[in-house]
Amino acid sequence: MTRGEAPTGEQQHRVRLTVNGRAAAATVVARRTLSDFLRHDLGLTGTHVGCEHGVCGACTVLLDGEPVRSCLLFAVSVAGREVTTVEGLTPSTATADPDTLSAVQRAFRECHALQCGFCTPGFLTTITAGLRENPHPSADDAVQMIAGNLCRCTGYQNIVAAVLRAAELSDADEPPVPEPAEGGA
Amino acid sequence: MATRYFGQSIKRTEDLRLTTGRGRYTDDIAVGTGTLEAAYVRSPHAHARIIDIDVADAIDVPGVVAIYTWEDLVGAAAEPLPVLIPHPALHAPRTGYPLARDEVHHAGEAIVMVVAQNRYLAEDAAAKIRVDYQPLPAVVGLDAARAAQHAVHADVPDNVAARLVQTVGDLDAGFAAAPHTLELNLEIERSCSMPLEGKAVHARWDADDQSLRVYSSTQASTSVRAAIAAKLGLPLGKVEVIAPDVGGGFGAKIVHPWPEEITVPFAAVRLGRPVKWTEDRREHFVSSAHERGQQHHIRVGFDDAGRILALDVQFWHDNGAYTPYGIICPIVTSTQLLGPYKPGAYRVTFESLYTTTVIVTPYRGAGRPQGVFAMERTMDAIAARLGLDRTVVRAANFIQPDEFPFDQGLIFQDGRPLIYDSGNYPDQLIMLKELIGWDAFDDERRRARDEGRLLGIGLGCYVEGTGPGPYEGAHVQVQTDGSVEVAIGLTSQGQGHQTVFAQIAADELGVPIEKVRVTTGDTRRFGYAVGTFASRAAVMSGSAVALAARAAKAKALRVAADILEVDASDLDIVDGVVAVKGSPSSAIPLGQVAVLSNPLRYAFDEAAKAATQFAKPADPDKPPVAEDDEPGLEGKDYYSPPRSTFASGMHAAVVEIDPDTSEIAIRRYAVVHDCGNMINPMIVEGQVHGGVAQGIAGALYERMAYDEDGQLVNASFMDFLMPYVTEIPQAQLGQLILGHQETPSPLNPLGIKGAGEAGVIPVSAVLASAVEDAVGVPITAMPLDPSTLFELRRGRSADSSSPPTRPDAEGVSR
Amino acid sequence: MGQDVGMKPAPFVWHGPETVAEALDLLAEVGPQGKVLAGGQSLVPVLAMRLAEPAHLVDINRIAELDTLTVDETGVRIGALARHRRVERDAAAGRSQPLLPQALAMVAHPTIRNRGTSVGSLAHADPSGELTTVLALTGGTVTAASTAGSREIAAADFFVGPLESALRPDELATSAFFPALAARSGTAFLEVSRRHGDYALCGVAATVTLDENDDVAVVRCGYLSVAETPVVVDLTEAWQSGGDDAAAAARAAVDPITDLHATADYRRQLAGVLTGRAVRQAIAAAHHGQETAA
Repeated sequence: MTRGEAPTGEQQHRVRLTVNGRAAAATVVARRTLSDFLRHDLGLTGTHVGCEHGVCGACTVLLDGEPVRSCLLFAVSVAGREVTTVEGLTPSTATADPDTLSAVQRAFRECHALQCGFCTPGFLTTITAGLRENPHPSADDAVQMIAGNLCRCTGYQNIVAAVLRAAELSDADEPPVPEPAEGGA
Repeated sequence: MATRYFGQSIKRTEDLRLTTGRGRYTDDIAVGTGTLEAAYVRSPHAHARIIDIDVADAIDVPGVVAIYTWEDLVGAAAEPLPVLIPHPALHAPRTGYPLARDEVHHAGEAIVMVVAQNRYLAEDAAAKIRVDYQPLPAVVGLDAARAAQHAVHADVPDNVAARLVQTVGDLDAGFAAAPHTLELNLEIERSCSMPLEGKAVHARWDADDQSLRVYSSTQASTSVRAAIAAKLGLPLGKVEVIAPDVGGGFGAKIVHPWPEEITVPFAAVRLGRPVKWTEDRREHFVSSAHERGQQHHIRVGFDDAGRILALDVQFWHDNGAYTPYGIICPIVTSTQLLGPYKPGAYRVTFESLYTTTVIVTPYRGAGRPQGVFAMERTMDAIAARLGLDRTVVRAANFIQPDEFPFDQGLIFQDGRPLIYDSGNYPDQLIMLKELIGWDAFDDERRRARDEGRLLGIGLGCYVEGTGPGPYEGAHVQVQTDGSVEVAIGLTSQGQGHQTVFAQIAADELGVPIEKVRVTTGDTRRFGYAVGTFASRAAVMSGSAVALAARAAKAKALRVAADILEVDASDLDIVDGVVAVKGSPSSAIPLGQVAVLSNPLRYAFDEAAKAATQFAKPADPDKPPVAEDDEPGLEGKDYYSPPRSTFASGMHAAVVEIDPDTSEIAIRRYAVVHDCGNMINPMIVEGQVHGGVAQGIAGALYERMAYDEDGQLVNASFMDFLMPYVTEIPQAQLGQLILGHQETPSPLNPLGIKGAGEAGVIPVSAVLASAVEDAVGVPITAMPLDPSTLFELRRGRSADSSSPPTRPDAEGVSR
Repeated sequence: MGQDVGMKPAPFVWHGPETVAEALDLLAEVGPQGKVLAGGQSLVPVLAMRLAEPAHLVDINRIAELDTLTVDETGVRIGALARHRRVERDAAAGRSQPLLPQALAMVAHPTIRNRGTSVGSLAHADPSGELTTVLALTGGTVTAASTAGSREIAAADFFVGPLESALRPDELATSAFFPALAARSGTAFLEVSRRHGDYALCGVAATVTLDENDDVAVVRCGYLSVAETPVVVDLTEAWQSGGDDAAAAARAAVDPITDLHATADYRRQLAGVLTGRAVRQAIAAAHHGQETAA
């Protein structure tokens, strides 16, 4: 049985978008949420579904780089757009080598910012976008950055720490800015 | 044995998968391969007789494959769900059916199962199923249950499922000798675990093999397997259950079998096709499990120093519509209420009552928070009566460090005597007072008052019995390539088991931790287990892993000793190489020892080939495998404790109350906890963080709001207020401070005590204590929210005899 | 009929018009059995819980001509597709009507604001909505278009009841207009909610205008979550007699309910307390504005 088949009279839509930098497409009914589309039609199960009413944030993905709740979007509404999921945050998805993880992913592991891992993808996408916007957050900034995502396991303590650590690691990842030559350029 | 990993904050193995979207939760399994999906018609009524079920319109929905009711269930599947933990005091146990039969007893109970090509279509069909109900009276809340104007179960007219009294010492003599007495009425409202991943079941029947594989987001895969085999009439050996990655449990996933754990495999077998069900959030609210709802009446007699001479506790426990888990929660309340104290005499009486609401089974803490609330509010009341410092009163009642093991004289939840093995409560209190700034607080409170601010301080102490038996086991196997496979029977929901048990195995065996791979919760890999609950995994499986690894190591040394022609006592294993101590040239890699442990040595890989250099000609007079031996380099062992081991801790908080809005802010929160030796301090701390957050949630935000018709009116995350980061005091902002103490357990090989529930247990007590200190109004019911506090403060100044006004789902101020 | 469990929407026919004209034609045809989908942050949960089962969904997210935000000396005009986030961060809009960024900062969480639209939240007409109250307080308008033409609906007429706006089924709210803050004025927006980002238990938007002598000349407040529609109160006189009188006037003006999260009396208490705090903040903002203008 192929995916997206509608045995009912529901109209099918061929939805094409870019996911994690690659073209993706599936034929689905209009009411197929983006979260279900990503998980079941494209097989990208990294995005999780915790509530389906927009509160928990586990489903958060990046839409043209901005965090959105994929459970509150219909796939058909975002045809032609660019979506980034947790699977797209790793510079290289080929291996599980710790060194190829993004700064945010590494920070999460270093800081023990996840326990069951279910809310984690939503935090990772949110923080990745958040640090792009504010690369040097204070502790208060870090708290605000993650204020819209629920976690039941960690009490958020280590997630806040991970935001700050990710900022440090990102700085370390950047190629060093050359010092101005003596006497001015 | 060199402990390279034990006690270290090793980073988790799990995280590489989980941070890259490569977790595998039950709904992820076989995604996109056409697995059928189930949805259920659930009762909208709290109590009703089912008159008729009409599925005619649903069958025609395209994509629907099957529709089942109770009448389709056969054999044991049609019988009531089991009472897992019977008890003599549970005189009227009742359970439901996998699909309701004739009568429903809570809104949310499953009645009809729809199986369709996807969940959308299944829900469409479910919406078209017409069930004819004859509504019956709802029974909501302990007051209504006790009044018993209506019965939840017709044959239990007083709604009492269980009644239990436990007594230690001479209560009457204690009261007679007590110069002071006090009475308190307390209440804690119902709440729930609310893991971020709900329940989920995925079942696959292999008709060729006549075997069933079930994935379930469960805390007890081994028991689910046994339940499914029994209910579906399948041989145990033909059923396997795997708990894959699980998105949190916190107790909600320990009771089993859930109705869906029966009906989903049932449908898979019937249809000969894989079937799955993933619970959605609203379903979870109305068809999982709740906990915490109790009312307490306390009478205490004490002396001038605040020492308790007699403590008489009566409480009523709301167990919801059914009792599949028996009366574990109220038993835990009864026994753990004693905390770190030794009252002169104690009597605890409880009744566990039915209501037409969701079932009540353990939620992190499992009855302890209620018991601690009762005891700690009592301590505060004693201190207030005597004009003594609240810490001084507690200290006067502590079990002293030289009194261990201390027998409280009661029977604990594991059926064994409540004997505390080790602890040091006075030292904990000293540490706590320093962390929170207790002694300097009077000044702090006064200075704040001068600025028009209301600050208060509170504390709470608890003892937690952890690591109850009856057992857990582990299997350790060294592979020919030197890697080590460890399998344990219990499950993981984020506790880092793949890491911590690897730490133990790596230390015991002397191998690098990267070589160790741990499998949990998979009945294909380990068959006998109890489950993950009661803060027992580290104690039970940790000990079992240590014992199994020691057995494997002993064998490795024996085999290597024979090959190297030395004494086993001259050998050790370091970095995966068995070598003579002090003479590293006489060595053999562990993987090659594994090859040599098996007389059958086909050289399938390089390790096997290499091992042949060590092989000695076999002794022609002896069988290749000795009578008491086995091929291979494995160890399997079980740890079965004589009784539980007792962790403990104390929390304190400083709160600020907005004088005008009564908003409650936690300015700082301190935790001191003792879980004996820690395998991985980072992971222990993470558990405490999470527990404290759930404790604060339960104290200030979360409750299950049932109306009098038995409808759960806040069945969504919009109205069930799970806290975000902004509601929890943050360590990075200097608001959360942790301290710890280690009094090792003498009861298990590693000296470990459990830590999983610690963070949540005393929080309601602590915050009630602090708020009361800030505003001078007695806080006797939790949770507490600004509106209720406002009404309490207002009522206090107006009329102290009227009951507090709490927000009400009905729109009526009670 | 809303079912008690289940989180997948019922089937609907989806339309993705690319121009306003197309959208209006569609609404003329399917309006009564349809709903407009903009940000979806309020609508999609309603659909998921099957509290509404519209047969048609007119998805306006492709209509580029609606994605506008213009500021002139009269005020801020927000097109139907302008996301909360864009409006919140627009410096010109914030200078023209400071209540906009102040209120928007309270709307749910940034992730929700990335997709939710300001006009959409007005059309939702939630008395707990921050923008709803700001439109009412500032005397803004909503432009409603249909195949029959277009009309400007004043805030006082737009919010008919809880979650009920004056929009007809065949109408599309194409923009909303928020008048600019008057000269010599300051604003504040305060709310008390259970969790950060939740709906307010009670909220106050305050506007204060000073006279030529820098004395308080006008005090006006708008309240959310205290009645079936936003409540706007002129507190100028009450404030002259003192903060307590203003608080009392606020308490008398609101008609809150008791629900799961708060009693009516508590909400009334909040209305009074927040009035004082918001007005004082607005006065300070007005003075600060005078200082920076001077």
